[in-house]
Amino acid sequence: MATATEQWVLVEMVQALYEAPAYHLILEGILILWIIRLLFSKTYKLQERSDLTVKPPSHKIVVNGKECINFASFNFLGLLDNPRVKAAALASLKKYGVGTCGPRGFYGTFDVHLDLEDRLAKFMKTEEAIIYSYGFATIASAIPAYSKRGDIVFVDRAACFAIQKGLQASRSDIKLFKHNDMADLERLLKEQEIEDQKNPRKARVTRRFIVVEGLYMNTGTICPLPELVKLKYKYKARIFLEESLSFGVLGEHGRGVTEHYGINIDDIDLISANMENALASIGGFCCGRSFVIDHQRLSGQGYCFSASLPPLLAAAAIEALNIMEENPGIFAVLKEKCGQIHKALQGISGLKVVGESLSPAFHLQLEESTGSREQDVRLLQEIVDQCMNRSIALTQARYLEKEEKCLPPPSIRVVVTVEQTEEELERAASTIKEVAQAVLL
Amino acid sequence: MRPEPGGCCCRRTVRANGCVANGEVRNGYVRSTAAAAAAAAGQIHHVTQNGGLYKRPFNEAFEETPMLVAVLTYVGYGVLTLFGYLRDFLRYWRIEKCHHATEREEQKDFVSLYQDFENFYTRNLYMRIRDNWNRPICSVPGARVDIMERQSHDYNWSFKYTGNIIKGVINMGSYNYLGFARNTGSCQEAAAKVLEEYGAGVCSTRQEIGNLDKHEELEELVARFLGVEAAMAYGMGFATNSMNIPALVGKGCLILSDELNHASLVLGARLSGATIRIFKHNNMQSLEKLLKDAIVYGQPRTRRPWKKILILVEGIYSMEGSIVRLPEVIALKKKYKAYLYLDEAHSIGALGPTGRGVVEYFGLDPEDVDVMMGTFTKSFGASGGYIGGKKELIDYLRTHSHSAVYATSLSPPVVEQIITSMKCIMGQDGTSLGKECVQQLAENTRYFRRRLKEMGFIIYGNEDSPVVPLMLYMPAKIGAFGREMLKRNIGVVVVGFPATPIIESRARFCLSAAHTKEILDTALKEIDEVGDLLQLKYSRHRLVPLLDRPFDETTYEETED
Repeated sequence: MATATEQWVLVEMVQALYEAPAYHLILEGILILWIIRLLFSKTYKLQERSDLTVKPPSHKIVVNGKECINFASFNFLGLLDNPRVKAAALASLKKYGVGTCGPRGFYGTFDVHLDLEDRLAKFMKTEEAIIYSYGFATIASAIPAYSKRGDIVFVDRAACFAIQKGLQASRSDIKLFKHNDMADLERLLKEQEIEDQKNPRKARVTRRFIVVEGLYMNTGTICPLPELVKLKYKYKARIFLEESLSFGVLGEHGRGVTEHYGINIDDIDLISANMENALASIGGFCCGRSFVIDHQRLSGQGYCFSASLPPLLAAAAIEALNIMEENPGIFAVLKEKCGQIHKALQGISGLKVVGESLSPAFHLQLEESTGSREQDVRLLQEIVDQCMNRSIALTQARYLEKEEKCLPPPSIRVVVTVEQTEEELERAASTIKEVAQAVLL
Repeated sequence: MRPEPGGCCCRRTVRANGCVANGEVRNGYVRSTAAAAAAAAGQIHHVTQNGGLYKRPFNEAFEETPMLVAVLTYVGYGVLTLFGYLRDFLRYWRIEKCHHATEREEQKDFVSLYQDFENFYTRNLYMRIRDNWNRPICSVPGARVDIMERQSHDYNWSFKYTGNIIKGVINMGSYNYLGFARNTGSCQEAAAKVLEEYGAGVCSTRQEIGNLDKHEELEELVARFLGVEAAMAYGMGFATNSMNIPALVGKGCLILSDELNHASLVLGARLSGATIRIFKHNNMQSLEKLLKDAIVYGQPRTRRPWKKILILVEGIYSMEGSIVRLPEVIALKKKYKAYLYLDEAHSIGALGPTGRGVVEYFGLDPEDVDVMMGTFTKSFGASGGYIGGKKELIDYLRTHSHSAVYATSLSPPVVEQIITSMKCIMGQDGTSLGKECVQQLAENTRYFRRRLKEMGFIIYGNEDSPVVPLMLYMPAKIGAFGREMLKRNIGVVVVGFPATPIIESRARFCLSAAHTKEILDTALKEIDEVGDLLQLKYSRHRLVPLLDRPFDETTYEETED
């Protein structure tokens, strides 16, 4: 029962409400609505689910229920559903089972692993090779094994995420140089040289490394290796070359960018590659001189503290190597197809091709960005979805936006494989042209 | 005193010996009547019960190193170091031939790639007994394995394969807890079929076009197996830790990590950029002090509260054989509102009445653990790792995990192996093979540990852990034990520095459900013989529980990268 005083307070309040100026009431109203909105909004937005592939990711692939031609998996030499590779893996499965049940040091070394290491070393014409059970872990474990706190690493801006993680784990000084810009790298090296002369004692124990990729995953360009080797000897820095995209693609026999340029492989201190692209298996390897590679057997974290590669995947890789050695003609075929689609995709209104003509994995970026990254991503996703409706499977290049050091602009990734026929390449090019025109204009 | 399920540590309870628990997590020991008889036989069992948090006795012991043995071990290392310096000197002056690889002529004026001292241990100590590691095998790593024979004519600097194969070596080194490392049977057939259909590789990442229906099937099954809402699978167990911890915590967060955590957890914690503090191994007072300090003092300079506090522990620690004190950790986590990341690499499939891991072993609720991580390498005979937890967590990881965006997804035949073996353990394939394997492993564990303790060896760890470390201590015995056991057709794993503290080298046995009683008896007989030969029976039956050591200041390491 409201007493007299309470009733009086209520009346006062209602009177105040009437007497308050309009702007005050409106402001209070807006604030209350804002608070309600904040209370009920989610603090994070979740991205939509990724595409679901139902059948194996080979040449023809079923994505989200639509059958398409695969222009998105890194199956450059078409070895993913090669019957010989499958037969070799099957034989290994029947002999060893699936898992290795241990790291390399504790009864996890199989004769298949030793065989694969041997074959890779012979193929790349180096002294020794070492295998890792996961492609990402290869370069991410190799860099911290050599480069420690206090050492200096010169790395390209467009280096892939695995290299960035390896550098972060190594705690060394990182110096970024502009993508493929040898003048910028030389400037940084000269600055370092001046620093060294000020403090020669420290310089005598500071190791220097240059980390580059053969074919860059983020830009599809090739690194200028001959100039790098010259800089190496001039400024006494060691080169670590990451050849995930160029192994099995460049060069007359598929040996990578060193063969492409005709450089002596001993000039590169460490070559690291993953077997998940051209070799269509899982895992990675590093090769080089024994002096360099043997160290990783005790200090490569991903090697010592992790279970070894399942033998069926190692056997698949060996058979894939056999196929690569037996018909070296496929590399020329791949190069030709890359050139063809590169030419066909030039001149699309609204999209520009980023990458060299001999790179089988290149990007299509928007010629003019709309200003916001989210909007760009949505536009490109629209293009990808429509291409999928017309049975061309594409994908957007995915990045972790907050974690990358130098985030590349949003793009569509196009991958060329030897299995695609010329008609399919032409059809893909014309489909992309049509869709881009429809969406962007 | 009736044990309450998941008892709150804040309740005051009166314990059997009349002490009142004052509401904090405190560990004492109670000599129960059942163990009094054993005490009469010269053994003391320490059973820790804390206000009913534990439903079963927690028997964990780490016998102290005998003084004489410790002194002799240090002397041994001293002698080896002196000889190491001598040999380095001889090699430097070219009196002795230098076997190891050297730098290129053209690069001799570069800054040297390795510091001489870094490799001192490798050159002079590890090289001498290098033949005990990296032994190549050429058969399934089951209960018996075939090892390729190697010979060295230059004191282990290089190996030649003689071409002989040592057949039927008893395998006490592979992580094959439930015996799924097989090349015949339903798992292998299913994997073969999937291999035919899908191929060996995937050639793309989960976020792009590598998300196969097989992966979704696997993740649903893993979630059901663990009893959590959702799960996500990754291609490598090591990478699961090193790529997901940075996605969960960042700068401004605090990580409390156990002293003896695996390298992958340490790397993941470092890569995340959070502050790391270390608590003593399995020591709950140490953990509680750190938690209290974290909440009271906040971040180091600004005194702001920490954004998140994450406790990193493992289910079974593979070098010690100890099991985490999970009921107490969960009680602490609830009291101080921290998050718990449990790495069940060795315990999934190996502990618990139906093989669901350490959570089931203690009879706890899987929802209490925020992030349940594990690997498929050990108990499922495949490769890869998983993370399980609430649906929001897994949805977040699907978009923010480094592995989902940049690393290749699991290979399809491996996925099929995991699916088949997991269904077998759950009993969904219609047989009781899974249950039998889990029970066989538990029996083998108890039997093996009991016999070894009776023989007089020092065995570390919990009575129920299938990882059995046998202490060797002296550096020469590391090599001798490994070689003698191989001569007797048993393959063991020996570990020394730097995986263990310098004087605590050990031999580590990994038991398997595939080991029959005859195999274990043969192994025990040989271990007995070698133990007498090398004088390894150090135990004086004075088991000192870990917690009786006086608790002094904790060590914590703040990393500011």
